Amino acid sequence: MNSQLKWKFVFILAVLLFCIYGVIGLPTFPTSLNQVKLNLADRIKLGLDLKGGSHLVLQVQLEEAIGQRCDQTVDQISKQLHDKNIGFGEIRRVDDTHIEVRDVAPATSGSFRDLITNQFSDWTMAPSAGQTDGYLLTMKPSVVADLRKAAMDQSLEVITRRINALGLTEPTIAFTGRSDDEILVQLPGEGDPTRAKSVIQAGGQLQLTLVVGDQTYPSQIAALAANGGVLPAGSIILPGSDAGTPGQPAQQVFYILARAPVVTGQDLVGATPQPSTNNPGQYDVSFHLSTSAAARFGPFTEANIGHRMAIVLENKVYTAPVINGRIEDSGVITGNFTQDSAQDLALVLRAGALPASIKYLEERTVGPSLGADSIRQGVRASIGSMIVVMIFLVFYYRLSGVNAVVALVLNLVILIAFMAYAGAVLTLPGIAGVILTIGMGVDSNVLVFERIREELRNGKVPAPAVDTGFDRAFLTIIDTHVTTIVSAVFLFLFGSGTPVQGFAITLVIGLLANVFTSIYVSRAIFDYHLSRMDRQGHLSI
Amino acid sequence: MEFFHGVNVDWMGKAKYFVALSVLLLVVGWISIFSRVSKNPGAMYGIDFRGGTLVYVRFAAKAPVDQIRRGLQDAGLANSTIQGISDTQSVGSQNDVVIGLEQSQGDQSLDVGKQKILDVLHKTFGTDTSGKPDFNSITPSALVSDLTQKDPLSLGTGAGDRYTQLAAALTDARDKNHDGIVTSFDELKNVPGVTPAVVSLLANNYSLGTFAIRDAEIVGPKVGAQLRHQAFWATIYALGGMLVYIAFRFEWVYGAAAVIAVFHDVLITLGFFSLFHYEISLTVIAALLTLVGYSMNDTIVIFDRVRENLRLMKREPLADIVNKSINQTLSRTILTSGLTFLTVLVLYLMGGEVLRAFSFAMVVGVVVGTYSSFGIAAPIVVLWNRHHGGKGSTVRTGSAAGKPRGGSSKELAHV
Repeated sequence: MNSQLKWKFVFILAVLLFCIYGVIGLPTFPTSLNQVKLNLADRIKLGLDLKGGSHLVLQVQLEEAIGQRCDQTVDQISKQLHDKNIGFGEIRRVDDTHIEVRDVAPATSGSFRDLITNQFSDWTMAPSAGQTDGYLLTMKPSVVADLRKAAMDQSLEVITRRINALGLTEPTIAFTGRSDDEILVQLPGEGDPTRAKSVIQAGGQLQLTLVVGDQTYPSQIAALAANGGVLPAGSIILPGSDAGTPGQPAQQVFYILARAPVVTGQDLVGATPQPSTNNPGQYDVSFHLSTSAAARFGPFTEANIGHRMAIVLENKVYTAPVINGRIEDSGVITGNFTQDSAQDLALVLRAGALPASIKYLEERTVGPSLGADSIRQGVRASIGSMIVVMIFLVFYYRLSGVNAVVALVLNLVILIAFMAYAGAVLTLPGIAGVILTIGMGVDSNVLVFERIREELRNGKVPAPAVDTGFDRAFLTIIDTHVTTIVSAVFLFLFGSGTPVQGFAITLVIGLLANVFTSIYVSRAIFDYHLSRMDRQGHLSI
Repeated sequence: MEFFHGVNVDWMGKAKYFVALSVLLLVVGWISIFSRVSKNPGAMYGIDFRGGTLVYVRFAAKAPVDQIRRGLQDAGLANSTIQGISDTQSVGSQNDVVIGLEQSQGDQSLDVGKQKILDVLHKTFGTDTSGKPDFNSITPSALVSDLTQKDPLSLGTGAGDRYTQLAAALTDARDKNHDGIVTSFDELKNVPGVTPAVVSLLANNYSLGTFAIRDAEIVGPKVGAQLRHQAFWATIYALGGMLVYIAFRFEWVYGAAAVIAVFHDVLITLGFFSLFHYEISLTVIAALLTLVGYSMNDTIVIFDRVRENLRLMKREPLADIVNKSINQTLSRTILTSGLTFLTVLVLYLMGGEVLRAFSFAMVVGVVVGTYSSFGIAAPIVVLWNRHHGGKGSTVRTGSAAGKPRGGSSKELAHV
């Protein structure tokens, strides 16, 4: 064996060892067969379709976050206009990104324009169509984009915190990448996503606010009627349930509440479940406020002793206790919670509120038994057919067939190792990529061998025949592989968020490995054989 | 050993028969597609693309399909479907059914359909009235918290992750050894780490339902449309990428011919899908992409040989050159296609229910993909050149085919 060939084999061996180490040598170097199995399970990440688990795609209702900003701006502008004595007829939100101000007094229109330009630079101002002295404010697209991005980032963070607090194994929470308002949640091994879903969906918007008139009403109509048919300024009607008295179950009632809350979820620093003192067997959630919120809450409670304060969650009044004295920084939410639901509520409160509500778009649950079945059957079928193919190759091409078998096995080892090193996940479409890789791997070898046979038939002696065979087949192999890799790259780029990506990943890695094994490795083995026989000897092909 | 060599078939002379065959297959397949779609626009699509709910249920005994159907009708779920699965590989072969429900307008939340189906199942087959949770549908994490609380091994605070392991062992035994359904708690006696105390704890605190949900898919209508759109465009871009590369390496008509051929393959495979009543799901899209890659590979092998022979046989007509190229590569074509066909056939027969539609697409695709290389792609190139003069002398063979060593580095520079 000449030294160039020797180095080729050293290189191939190094690649092989690197790959085997990548598959079974990490994270703990194996000293027992059991450790090999553990490593293998750790390194080869299976997708939910193979392993079982829950897959949720949810959509953040971003327009809510934008509409909220619009509402706030309407409030701010009207306050500024009053403060600066700028006369105007009406200010209203047209839609999520437009505000209209009508009938600005001509004498003050200069100061109005100054105010908007200087203090509300997120908005562009234009005369309102069909209105004299009317203005239409439009939220700048860049501001809308920033708001959307911020809301998505915050949603992802909040959902991640909530899911992590459930203590499940290796959850994935990420943007789907197929649309800018979607988040993907994957819970491996979790056959029932109900609890995770309710935790995610909880808005977590806690508000403490004063009950106007300290009363409850049996219906919305009754609530309005008690106030002369008009809702008092700055108030809203929300449903809740009364405490219920012994012998009489709690009933739905309605409250009239001050619209502006004293304390919101953002003022919380902690929330914990605790056994209820009044209702044995039930649980409450106690919460603590930040110092700045406590500074507001203390004076507020002191000034309203004897009045009722509502604890509102998700637009529903949980309890409305009477304020008995000055409260500084803590409170209790009671509401017939079980230990689990109290725990989940505390978790949601701690994790913070979502910037907008969410909607589920997709839910898939693969039961663990189905996943196990598909792996078992898929792997058995693949191994079975690989063995048949390999036996045939050896039968048809004899010693050269062994070459092909070595190349194919090495191809698979490299493919699996690179997926392990890259942390890629093997899914069902990924297995399709593996099948195409094997198919093209067989094809590459057949192309080379058939070409060598042709050259031998044309009267060439083995060495030049092998030389020409590889050279001719090389171009074909490059063309077929590059074409497929080009298409796989497009699939990867445009198939983000769909299983098509899993297909593209295994295909690209597999085909690159294939070029290496069917050309470089197979050639080296041929060269080794050639170096050991005479020029006129017989090539086993 | 050698099967084929020295074959001399006039492939291009038979081109009109190939085209006729393709047209026939296309027409039959697409008539089938149109007749199905005209009855129901979503008929060809699986749940992934159509939106709706699909629940895969396994029963402890043979699935009582008629009883389920009656239950669904009684609940007023007229737009539901039920399909028994005969999985030859599984232990209990006719125990599984798939229940589907179309997305109905005005559903409040996504999982309304799943809830309705579960309600029907519980109503039809009864649930344990004691209110004990069903062991056959409990998740490992729920089992862990129960075991830790009840502490049947009396480990106290030192339990560590012992109960995590025990719960995993129990659910594993249920899912892997008992095919997802346990019919008696005694079946769990021999699970490692299980003591009689554990078995009696389970028996006292859990019920055993007669069915278990193996798989549930709920896809909102918006997602369905979005996935359809995305899968379609990803495929179009991938085909475009291939066309450009082949046009660059050969000549644009070769690229166009290859892309038309794979397009033809996809259309025919879709026709077969309709004829055999399979649905197009995301997994099937992966299979279609695989067959695109496979068919393209096959076509390029022949084109490559044509490119090489064009340099050697300057005087012969292109049709003869193409014939010779196909004959020269025939041995390879039959061998590779045969082996690939064998592989996907094994997958189709042994791969289980999940892979059935996928492997069906592959079985059809390998045959059609091989055929289209010589039956469609090659004739297009010959026909084009016949009508536009020149026999492909403009093909950019360069020095590549003749002197691969020197040429290849130059060619690779383009790649």
